[in-house]
Amino acid sequence: MKNFLAGIPEQVKRLSVLLVILVIVFIVVRSTLIPNDFGKIGHYRASAVQNIANNELHYAGQEVCVDCHDDIVAVKTKGYHKNLSCEVCHGPSIKHTEAPDEFKPQIQRNRSFCPTCHEYLPSRPTGFPQIVSASHNPRKICVSCHNPHNPVPPVTPKGCEACHAEIVATKSLSFHSEIPCTKCHVANEKHKLSPRDNLPTKPTTREFCGQCHAEDANSPKDIPRINMATHEPRYVCWQCHYPHLPEAQ
Amino acid sequence: MEKKINEAEKKLERRNFLKKLAVISVAPIAFGFLGSGEKLMGLKKWALNNGYVPKDHKWGMGIDINKCIGCGRCADACKNENNVPREPFFFRTWVERYRIYDDGEVLVDSPNGSIDGFEVLSTKKKMERSFFVPKICNHCDNPPCVQVCPVGATFKSEDGVVLVDSDYCIGCRYCIQACPYGARFLHPVTRTAEKCTFCYQRITKDKLPVCVEVCPTQARVFGELNKKASPLVRFLRMNKIGILKPSLNTEPKVFYANLDMEVK
Repeated sequence: MKNFLAGIPEQVKRLSVLLVILVIVFIVVRSTLIPNDFGKIGHYRASAVQNIANNELHYAGQEVCVDCHDDIVAVKTKGYHKNLSCEVCHGPSIKHTEAPDEFKPQIQRNRSFCPTCHEYLPSRPTGFPQIVSASHNPRKICVSCHNPHNPVPPVTPKGCEACHAEIVATKSLSFHSEIPCTKCHVANEKHKLSPRDNLPTKPTTREFCGQCHAEDANSPKDIPRINMATHEPRYVCWQCHYPHLPEAQ
Repeated sequence: MEKKINEAEKKLERRNFLKKLAVISVAPIAFGFLGSGEKLMGLKKWALNNGYVPKDHKWGMGIDINKCIGCGRCADACKNENNVPREPFFFRTWVERYRIYDDGEVLVDSPNGSIDGFEVLSTKKKMERSFFVPKICNHCDNPPCVQVCPVGATFKSEDGVVLVDSDYCIGCRYCIQACPYGARFLHPVTRTAEKCTFCYQRITKDKLPVCVEVCPTQARVFGELNKKASPLVRFLRMNKIGILKPSLNTEPKVFYANLDMEVK
């Protein structure tokens, strides 16, 4: 053994001692710098996942509100706002679930809140109820007419002009202004509540317009007449004439 | 005679030698198996304090562009829930408005991340189509931000959620540069990277992320990707699905329905 050690050159011995020291220093430094749980489940600290999961909650969630406020929920589940979470309007309220009397959720009463969803924007999907708040009862607050838990228009629209104002305005300029919408369109009563699921009818035949405009029609004399047999028989009238403003070409 | 004995001894030696060789070569493998087995067992059991096992989940989100009304309640609620600085430019989620004009011009804006709403801007040009696109961290299955982190402070958790370990982050901003979706920012106070966590504090307690919770039109859907009964799987089945920047192979886990070609 002694012979073996003596056989090793001096510089190799010194270098190997240095190497051992370097390795030990590396191991010590590495173990102090790198957290214990680093790499336990991946290339990250396992406890970080727990730390992030421990973050404080601010929103309680709809299902917690339902436990106590069943009277309001009963109203809300029937209305258009049935899919709205309570905290959309009432704000983050987990503190209210912990101390119901000390922390009260906010109640939005000013006119600026409802228009965040209901102000008219061309980018909003068609069919979503929108208003122009500058001209929509500008001095009243929304909740004075609409119950936010079950919002409906204060009066269900009676006529077509409530929604189809542009068509009504156009028609009022035309010779057809005296003809009611219902003369040509049959609108189901449900069309007022869910318009797209209950579309009104449109005239589908030439004979419908012919009731007034045919040569032999029983109508006032000053109405323009056409020969039903020769006047473009392959087309339905509204393919060429716009019925809401027929004098336009 | 002597020669024979010698030969026998030699044979015996050889046999012993081979035996020892076999033991020596197999032992480390066997020990290795034992060790890794233990490790695997340990992994399987790894759960959060409340019993949530990350490995049992794979979260994702669906966003229906046709349903988004651009009210910005998601961005507002996100700031409340996650203590995101209130100033503009710090967002974990935000809503963009796209306006496409008939001459092909595309305008994208998101004033204060949509929290204060949008203004109607009238131009003489005819608008061809317009819609809102909610944006959020895509929680990529192949996240570029995780690849570039020099210290292992951002990572893809076992449930597929990309998280930031803010105690370990050195604030070098490599990840902010690497994210192709612009979903990360540097927190002005802690000087560490921040991003959407799918409200990790909520989803580990069986609650929805807050943007999904408050969305008034259910434009956002949240759920498991690998469980058939999840609302997200139904969403993926019922809609034509698009993802953002598919050419980057980041494999996002945020899926868009009715995504317009112009959305980048």
